[in-house]
Amino acid sequence: MLGLFAGFLGRLTLDQLPHNPVTAGAAASMVLIVIAGIIAMTYFKKWRWLWDEWLTTTNHKRIGVMYIIVALVMLLRGLADALMMRAQQATAASPSHGLMSPEMFQQVFSAHGTIMIFFVGMGLMFGIINLVLPQGLGARDVAFPFLNATSFWLFTAGMLLINMSLVIGEFSAAGWLAYPPLSELKYSPGVGVDYWIWSLQIAGIGSLLSGINFMTTILKMRAPGMSMMKIPMFAWNVFGSMVLVAFAFPILTVTLTLLYLDRAFGMHFFTAGGGGNAMMYVNLIWAWGHPEVYILVLPAFGVFSEIVPTFSRKRLFGYTSMVYATWGIVFLSFIVWLHHFFTMGAGADVNAFFGIMTMAIAIPTGVKIFNWLFTMYQGQIRFTSPMVWFLGFVFLFTIGGVTGVLMAVPAIDYQVHNSLFLVAHFHNMIISGVVFGFFAGLTYWFPKIFGFRLNERIGKYAAYCWIGGFALAFFPLYILGLMGATRRLDHYDASLGWQPLFIVAGIGAMIIALGVGLQILQLIVSIFQRNNNRDLTGDPWNARTLEWATSSPPPEYNFATIPLVTERDAFWVAKQKGTKTIPSHDYHPIQVAKNTSSGIFIGVASFIAAFGFVWHIWWLVLLALAGALATIFYQTLREDEAGERTIPAAEIAATEAAFRKQKEAA
Amino acid sequence: MLKQKGQGVKKGALLGIATALAIVGATAVYLHSHTVAVMSPSGIVAEKERHLIIIALLLSAIVVLPVYVLTILIALTYRETNKKSKKYRPEWDHSWLLETVWWAIPITIIGILSVITWQSSHALDPYQPLSSSVKPVDVQVIALDWKWLFIYPAQHIASVNMLELPVNTPINFSITSDSVMNSFWIPSLGSQIYAMPGMSSQLHLMANKTGNFTGSPANISGKGFADMLFTTKAVNQQAFNSWTDSVKHGSRYLDLTAYHNLAKPGTISAPQYYSNVEGGLYNYTVMQYMGDM
Repeated sequence: MLGLFAGFLGRLTLDQLPHNPVTAGAAASMVLIVIAGIIAMTYFKKWRWLWDEWLTTTNHKRIGVMYIIVALVMLLRGLADALMMRAQQATAASPSHGLMSPEMFQQVFSAHGTIMIFFVGMGLMFGIINLVLPQGLGARDVAFPFLNATSFWLFTAGMLLINMSLVIGEFSAAGWLAYPPLSELKYSPGVGVDYWIWSLQIAGIGSLLSGINFMTTILKMRAPGMSMMKIPMFAWNVFGSMVLVAFAFPILTVTLTLLYLDRAFGMHFFTAGGGGNAMMYVNLIWAWGHPEVYILVLPAFGVFSEIVPTFSRKRLFGYTSMVYATWGIVFLSFIVWLHHFFTMGAGADVNAFFGIMTMAIAIPTGVKIFNWLFTMYQGQIRFTSPMVWFLGFVFLFTIGGVTGVLMAVPAIDYQVHNSLFLVAHFHNMIISGVVFGFFAGLTYWFPKIFGFRLNERIGKYAAYCWIGGFALAFFPLYILGLMGATRRLDHYDASLGWQPLFIVAGIGAMIIALGVGLQILQLIVSIFQRNNNRDLTGDPWNARTLEWATSSPPPEYNFATIPLVTERDAFWVAKQKGTKTIPSHDYHPIQVAKNTSSGIFIGVASFIAAFGFVWHIWWLVLLALAGALATIFYQTLREDEAGERTIPAAEIAATEAAFRKQKEAA
Repeated sequence: MLKQKGQGVKKGALLGIATALAIVGATAVYLHSHTVAVMSPSGIVAEKERHLIIIALLLSAIVVLPVYVLTILIALTYRETNKKSKKYRPEWDHSWLLETVWWAIPITIIGILSVITWQSSHALDPYQPLSSSVKPVDVQVIALDWKWLFIYPAQHIASVNMLELPVNTPINFSITSDSVMNSFWIPSLGSQIYAMPGMSSQLHLMANKTGNFTGSPANISGKGFADMLFTTKAVNQQAFNSWTDSVKHGSRYLDLTAYHNLAKPGTISAPQYYSNVEGGLYNYTVMQYMGDM
């Protein structure tokens, strides 16, 4: 009887609660924060508001805001992990073994990588796309609003699961890509790798659905007259990125499933022995993983392609070149994955091919940088904080590009592969490319979404901290890599002389943390001073694209009448000619997607199913999957009209009249 | 007011330059007193690889320096607050000439680098034996949890976490793992390659200076991973011979039982030596993953 009950909860027992004081502290504080949140919500009677306005929303702008909130909270967690790693390596010169045990250090860096890529990078990206893509295209929403909500809740379910591993059980210690055989049951018998598999699996399926959604939005929802060669450059970059999502994420889904089959059911896809081949996994995970890098960076390039013309008061230089460059990157990004493992021992021909394809990516990327520079040339440049991020990007990203070209030469890679040189390189691409791009975008579009600007001065100080902190945190790692320091060492011999550089890197990380602190301060100060920074015109930066034609924040339906587009930068052109982008005052009722709780239900069900998979609680898996499927059927099989709500023409007329009045007064 | 602001900017710039100089100076002092293995090699493969790094850096500089100079010049000249008269052409967004130039320059440079890549990938293929008049020494490397076993098949000896090599002699490494994947890397000598269970990879290196070099485990392999750093000692032929002789005079025999004990997860604090090794141990290690379908 007792045995049956034990089987009832799979592998889950009370022993799985945290014992280590650091983990227990982190877990306890997380639980406390959640409880405090629940109490506060109840006290202020905000539950109904939260449910009606946010949790069940299908509006792309609200979903975008929720993505960004989740991503920024996860940024704090990922940053805490980073600071712990830097503290460990700065202190762990043998005989000292630093502050953490090897197992804990390994869990921390595995969590750091996974969280930063999946829940910060992807979260900020989908957040920003949601905020501005439909509006830039002159559309009222994305192609599939309910699917969009579902994607968000799958993303959030994945995020919750990875944080759950802190409270119950443990996290993977096998690195952010969990190479087998290390990630196989024999070498990682705990639940850590299963947590890793399932949080990525759910979030990944959400990303795939988003990819399809945004691709369709760009292809089918553009305003009349907006041919593909007239869409904002941001939309082109998002399009490229989403095509990559649609092709790459299924590979991730399959690879994770195969690894789970190995672990849970004793199969032998990637095991050492039994006919398995771990190198197959390494190929598959990078066939997804390399495009993933471009999935993140292309939208960031898109952000810069909007910011630079706006703050240079000039058209984007070389639009057509930019489009070709984007597609060059999309194409090449699928034939370079092998450069992540030149050291596997493939023949010289194979290595050389992949090396040359990798370098070729530097060509379209270089073209983009020249085009941005010549957008500034003979313009009138305003050095707002988004432009500070852009300049930081140009100076730092270029260095990452050079080290990337170095590593693309297989014979050079043999000497720096898996060293801290590599760690410095990819942070150089992801922080100064992706993160700086998204921060620039958040600052730029913040007034559009919230109706007031962020404090410029604090924003600039934050950017300086990030730029300077980055240089201090990562340039020493380049040197350490060349000295022979491999990544992921939890301690090293003091006689190697590495410690001073690790200490400098630690100081750099603290300066980055100071930058994050300033960003939080910036947000708080801006909220308090919002009445001084109001955007009443809807166009605070004197910008160019359609999203600035609406009020800030825009009405639920974005555009009262769909704009007619004849040229690129339609809003700018209209301002120059003194015409109206949205001419008609003859309003018709607008149908928008209704709120639905199906999205959050699917998210909750997926979370429960994944939790069941992790702990082998099979009845729970079946129950939760059945619930998720039933919700999907219910949502998709009912009448179309049931999912929509009509906004009457009179309400629209009133909203628009109020905006016109406010604009004239401003 | 304007003048004051200008002075403030100047002060800021001076402070920035001073900080940068201090950092460069500190870096120079640090580098002077430490060895950067990859950039001061002690092996012929590592030497060629350093040469490649320098060539690739110089070629990249042809694009990077103009980008930096242009960025600074354009940003300063066309900033809105610059009151000097300057052109403003808001509609100018295309130039065949300019765009051709900046497609052509990176294409040319990457073209040159591609040729170098193709040639160097073949010339420095780790699987390719090094040409030398000296007879090569074979070393079989097995990555274990968490130590490295080096077998010298011709000498019938083995060592753990200590790799002693004759200088100016090609070394033919065969590398495998009897656990998870790892990577075998001696930065001072050159190329690394993966150690994978059930597979035998090859690597050819040659030290051209004597000395002690650190060897790194370059792929995470579990909790004892950081203790897998090993020492590589390149010595002259005579010293190598006397080392092998002294090891042979030891009393520890690496038979299958001893091997399985050694292979158990755990770290060791000091190098170990075996005066004799069971024949075919390396092949046994590789093949044990190949059966049992």
